[in-house]
Amino acid sequence: MEFDFAAEQPKLLMLMYGLIAFVAVVGGLLVLLDAVPAWFARRREAQLLAASASGAPVPRRPKPREGMFAFFFLLPAVLLLLVGLVVPAVRTVLLSFMDGSSVDWVGFRNYTWMFSEDSIVRVLTNTLVWVLLVPLVATAFGLLYAVMVDRARFESVAKSLIFMPMAISFVGAAIIWKFVYAYRGDGEEQIGLLNQIVVSLGGEPRQWLLDPPLNTLLLIVIMVWIQAGFAMVVLSAAIKAIPADIVEAARLDGVSPWQMFWQITLPSIRPALVVVVVTLSIATLKVFDIVRTATNGNYDTSVIANEMYNQAFRYGQNGQGSALAVFLFVLVVPLVIYQIRNLRKQREG
Amino acid sequence: MAVFARPRQALAIAGVLGLALSVTACGTGNDKKSDKAGSAECAAYDKYKGHDGKKVTIYSSIRDIEADRLDQSWKAFEDCTGINIDHEGSAEFEAQLGVRVDGGNAPDLAFIPQPGLLKRFVDAGKLKPVGADTKAMAEQNYSADWLKYSTVNGQLYGAPLSSNVKSFVWYSPKTFKEKGWTVPTTWDELIALSDKIAASGTKPWCAGIESGDATGWPATDWIEDLMLRTQTPEVYDQWTTHGIAFNDPKVAEALDKAGQILKNEKYVNGGFGGVKSIATTAFGEAGLPITTGKCALHRQASFYANQWPKGTTVAEDGDVFAFYFPAVDPAKGKPVLGGGEFVAAFADRPEIQAVQTYLASGEYANSRAKIGDWVSANNKLDLANVPNPVDKLSVQILQDQKTVFRFDGSDLMPAAVGAGTFWKGMVDWINGKDTATVLQGIESSWPK
Repeated sequence: MEFDFAAEQPKLLMLMYGLIAFVAVVGGLLVLLDAVPAWFARRREAQLLAASASGAPVPRRPKPREGMFAFFFLLPAVLLLLVGLVVPAVRTVLLSFMDGSSVDWVGFRNYTWMFSEDSIVRVLTNTLVWVLLVPLVATAFGLLYAVMVDRARFESVAKSLIFMPMAISFVGAAIIWKFVYAYRGDGEEQIGLLNQIVVSLGGEPRQWLLDPPLNTLLLIVIMVWIQAGFAMVVLSAAIKAIPADIVEAARLDGVSPWQMFWQITLPSIRPALVVVVVTLSIATLKVFDIVRTATNGNYDTSVIANEMYNQAFRYGQNGQGSALAVFLFVLVVPLVIYQIRNLRKQREG
Repeated sequence: MAVFARPRQALAIAGVLGLALSVTACGTGNDKKSDKAGSAECAAYDKYKGHDGKKVTIYSSIRDIEADRLDQSWKAFEDCTGINIDHEGSAEFEAQLGVRVDGGNAPDLAFIPQPGLLKRFVDAGKLKPVGADTKAMAEQNYSADWLKYSTVNGQLYGAPLSSNVKSFVWYSPKTFKEKGWTVPTTWDELIALSDKIAASGTKPWCAGIESGDATGWPATDWIEDLMLRTQTPEVYDQWTTHGIAFNDPKVAEALDKAGQILKNEKYVNGGFGGVKSIATTAFGEAGLPITTGKCALHRQASFYANQWPKGTTVAEDGDVFAFYFPAVDPAKGKPVLGGGEFVAAFADRPEIQAVQTYLASGEYANSRAKIGDWVSANNKLDLANVPNPVDKLSVQILQDQKTVFRFDGSDLMPAAVGAGTFWKGMVDWINGKDTATVLQGIESSWPK
């Protein structure tokens, strides 16, 4: 395919506007935040100088009204949160009690639909499988890798290799893996890596993404592939932060590598492990791009976020879509609360 | 943190950037001049005049080359009337149109290919009925059948634009000649031909229903075509409006008839594998094995003409061509399944109505058809202006008085079924689920 810069001119122009606007707004804000306090500081300096020159007592600084001050800085954030988060959340909850075209109230019908319709129950189970498997497997892989490459030769190279998929968008990753799983008929030239391996070992090519529950597991592999790098980086940093004297002491006590891992490394990095698992769980609950790109939820692979999009935006069933969204929200909330409390505890401890 | 050593300097930079932004923004206004407005070739557009300098935005699912052709097709209209038509195509049209309308960012006009979706916007009070001029133009140029699809509660909400004929079977005239096969004219002949090809060691049919987030739709076309062939058009109408249940035995009959081909391991799936390979074969690639001789038949709409590799001649004596998907009982008429899009308006400013009227006119249909790869049910469309042979055949079928035309059923149904469970149900069905279970699942999802 050819890429014609001239033909893309409107897009490039928009991009330029965006960049200029970004520079103008962010630059303006920085200047404001920089100039205003600096002006106050200079005035204060001048006052002090004047006071010391005349020998008069130093004028007392007026007490800043902290409430007003905090309010001033909080206002933009609060406004944005209201417009972008609170209002839509409340509206979604309301819509979830209304019918498809958001006209009549239907009570809990959308919720009973969610838990009684076979295909949706399937969606919920799939999401559960995702949430159980992705954080565990990705963290386990990351941890294993972090321990293995720790202080090894070429550590940084080895780490960048596994970290690289992080740079790929979920959609991009899903497309890459769709090619890996691609299927061509028996006797045809295989274009999918997995089937090519199977064929060269003498097997018959398979339609990997067709049969549940294998297809969901294969999709989970994609997410693990992306996220293992994140787990590895955080855990590797935590391992390196274990105080050297503890490791030294353990060595002197003559622990085996096995004991070292279970009794020194693992307890020491527990907080980091929790952070990784919780973060991955939240990311997994929201998974949408991978499923939509790879199968679009066909062949029994759909998850909540994908079904929510389909119901609300493609099928015009706002009520059912909103109900799914609310359910997803309810699932994420405890994790977020746990995460916040955990972080707070760490900061105090 | 002092980002800039001299705040005033930084302030100046920010100011200049802001100024540059606003200046460039002004510089890109569309300076189209309607200098041809008085000339003779513009006489045809006289009745649309009086809106010089006005802008009309159009949103559709048409992209790339086809979108360029659209722009080309109304160029003369723009030049002569001074109306600036701004078309935007999106691959996410169906989902995004709703988002844009709800967000208060509705386009002036939308080319909506699903009467079901059109009705949804009418029910929500978002669409405007067409003006008197458009209505007169539409009634003059399109059959009552066609206008029925964009009529809600007795009000017309837009004239049809382009159309397509879905009841086609693609084949290779070359191969047919070599092997001595003949184009079948009845369902029984079609099955006999399939058996004959299967006996010769080739899988007769190829099929594929994978189509990204629309996976499944090609199979719904099969079912609709067979509903028209096994039932009367009246039953078909009842089916699309839920007058009969989706799991009615009549629907099951049509499904099983389609299964006679699609679920027959001996018949499918040329070049791809077994029956299940239909589910994962991309619809655009599905028919291609015809050119390599791995299969002989592929049921797909007229627009499949765009999918053949470069250098393939589409003609009655060329590499590929299409024949009419035979009726089960030709004595009962010639049922044709098709689709099309409707020009609906979200606002009723005079310049929008002018564009809407123009798009319903015979002049427009002919000017667009000349550019190529386009079919319309507009009865002012001159066959001589249709270059592509399959399009020509489509126009002939659409203009044929004996044709019993019906619109794509899944597009008529509510989106939750027509773009949801029906598609998904077809995927499950190909994947091995039995007819009764699939139909029961679709029936239970029909919005109450």
